[in-house]
Amino acid sequence: MEQKSYLDMDLLRFTTAGSVDDGKSTLIGRLLYDSKTLFQDQLENLERLSQQRGEELNLALLTDGLRAEREQGITIDVAYRYFATPVRKFIIADTPGHIQYTRNMVTGASTANLALILVDARNGVTEQTHRHIFIASLLQIPHFVVCINKMDLVSYKQEIYDTIKNEIEDFISKLIVPDITFIPISALKGDNVVHASNQMNWYHGPTLLYHLEDVHIGSDENLVDCRFPVQYVIRPRSDKHHDYRGYAGKIASGIFKPGDRVTVLPSGFTTTIKSIETPQGEINEAFPPMSVVVQLKDDLDISRGDMLVREHNTPLIGQNIDFMVCWMNTKPLTSGTRYIIRHTTRETKGIVKEIQYKIDINTLHRIPEATQLGLNDIGRITMRTAQPLFYDSYQHNRATGSIILIDEATNETVGAGMIREPSTKVTEKKKKE
Amino acid sequence: MKRYNLNHLQKLEAESIYVIREVAAQFERPVLLFSGGKDSIVLGHLSRKAFSPAKIPFPFLHIDTGHNFPEVLIFRDTFAKYLDIRLLVSSVQRSIDTGRVKEETGKHASRNYLQSITLLDAIHEYKFDAAIGGGRRDEEKSRAKERFFSHRNDFGQWDPKNQRPELWDVYNGRKHIGEHFRVFPLSNWTELDIWQYILKERIQIPLIYFSHTRDCIIRDGVIYAYSDYLHLDAAEKKTAQSMTVRFRTVGDMTCTGAIQSNARTLEEIVQEVATYRISERGTRADDRRSENALEDRKKEGYF
Repeated sequence: MEQKSYLDMDLLRFTTAGSVDDGKSTLIGRLLYDSKTLFQDQLENLERLSQQRGEELNLALLTDGLRAEREQGITIDVAYRYFATPVRKFIIADTPGHIQYTRNMVTGASTANLALILVDARNGVTEQTHRHIFIASLLQIPHFVVCINKMDLVSYKQEIYDTIKNEIEDFISKLIVPDITFIPISALKGDNVVHASNQMNWYHGPTLLYHLEDVHIGSDENLVDCRFPVQYVIRPRSDKHHDYRGYAGKIASGIFKPGDRVTVLPSGFTTTIKSIETPQGEINEAFPPMSVVVQLKDDLDISRGDMLVREHNTPLIGQNIDFMVCWMNTKPLTSGTRYIIRHTTRETKGIVKEIQYKIDINTLHRIPEATQLGLNDIGRITMRTAQPLFYDSYQHNRATGSIILIDEATNETVGAGMIREPSTKVTEKKKKE
Repeated sequence: MKRYNLNHLQKLEAESIYVIREVAAQFERPVLLFSGGKDSIVLGHLSRKAFSPAKIPFPFLHIDTGHNFPEVLIFRDTFAKYLDIRLLVSSVQRSIDTGRVKEETGKHASRNYLQSITLLDAIHEYKFDAAIGGGRRDEEKSRAKERFFSHRNDFGQWDPKNQRPELWDVYNGRKHIGEHFRVFPLSNWTELDIWQYILKERIQIPLIYFSHTRDCIIRDGVIYAYSDYLHLDAAEKKTAQSMTVRFRTVGDMTCTGAIQSNARTLEEIVQEVATYRISERGTRADDRRSENALEDRKKEGYF
């Protein structure tokens, strides 16, 4: 493959989840090593550390960066890893896979384009597989890759691969999974990771690395619904730019152009975009995830937390928000409790009105009698907010469909929410133009 | 649909600018920690872009160990004028003079460790509530666990086992009085990304990053620039030799190792970085003290 200019390379973020024995660290180690990202001194250090512990080369020591993790031999937190091939740069959000680290998996999944799910060919589909797939689907990761690992330990048999593949296809029929690819690999021996295996002639698909380099991520963003949450107002107050007033922020979705008619929320005023600036100067089209400065034709009172949207394509506006939440704190979520809500650049308060159900994330069964959500629980709740939010369902728009909950007393981030379509259209009406 | 896709440098730039603006929006008294190294220079440029045509709405702070490369100090002052920012300097020497820290002794003495106290004192003195730093997750394994918005308690300490979850691009900078945040807008950049960006944007950097000839001392396998700060004994002084080197990182002269290199241009540096087999911090004596050296320093308030 010809080396691209560094200006043509794009960036793929993927997340992995796995526990001690399923070969995740070996796989990451192999990707890093085979793409020559693992440095000599890091490798030597790893060999020395492994020796001290009386182990063979332990690639997990590479990802377990904290003292406590190495001491206890467990991965506690999300670790970010970087590697590049001549065509793409990759960011790996490497997360622990055990149920007690669901919140870390959710965190890693929140920014990923692709979910890499590992299945041990000897054990087949387990509860953990279901959990990883469910979380990736809940967070609406656009691409899934299921690596059926340790094929070398099952004599590279196609039947085993087929059984696992069929079982997963059955399972995902209940979920929203836009794109899924299955690859039989051996991370340890290197089959189908970077180099095609000569042990599995029955498999005609890509190697893992080829797939990671090739998967089309250009259409992952929502380019239809124009949403621009105002992040910061730029006012130079200098002689040269006396009347300058620019609205800085990141394009959440849609394509904005100078001359477009836009509505400002919550005021409801409509105006026209005068110009859009980026660090490279003025541009004719702005799309996600650009950071830009928008100037408007009219002088309006607009501040952080407001949102510019395309006229006639407004988000939902309301104070009763129905969402799936992953709970991230030891203090459980209970009905009637108040939290601070962060949604795009907007902050308000909210109170939990109802816990609709909790999900058994291994079986996907709903538990309607749940009265609280504990650490790592996932459930569906309704909150009433102090001020209206301008939102879309998470399924349509990851940027305007996501919220975080913050504990008022400790300031800790305690919950991650994915907004659902409102179940009753009566309480939520679209703002009139 | 290539048309609506940003390349990797554009994505990283957009992300960093978003984070820098988020700091200005969420905090009352932010500051940018400026070392004169390439990462903090890139941060300076991104900050200028984030607020243009307005001025950068926060000052820069340099923690001066007194053991700097002279080239870097000259660069620092020129850069501050160019960006039109207020440059604050807090000196480790003052912390030593006032008894806040005790100078290390012996041949390996370095002021690198003392900086944390000077930094925390400055944060306290100026009442900063957010300090923007150039740390990158690819640098070192404890940095790989860092958040973009990283909470520090009222002793300036980092608790890596109990970090706030960070989801999507929603950053939680809420805190109690006396606490502060460290913010790392370059978290997702690699060393190569930084150099590619410097090349693409033609950003000025201190001359010590380019290949040059200078007197060096090799101590424990690390190539140091010859200087009085190294506490050389007579025997070591005799081993001084002229070498063609450049620096991959810029810290103070007691802990920054050079590499032998002929890379004289940004293009040559980018090519060289792409083929490195030794990690960036592998040249830093400060990280070699123990397996957890950086994590331990970070817990106590280091950059």
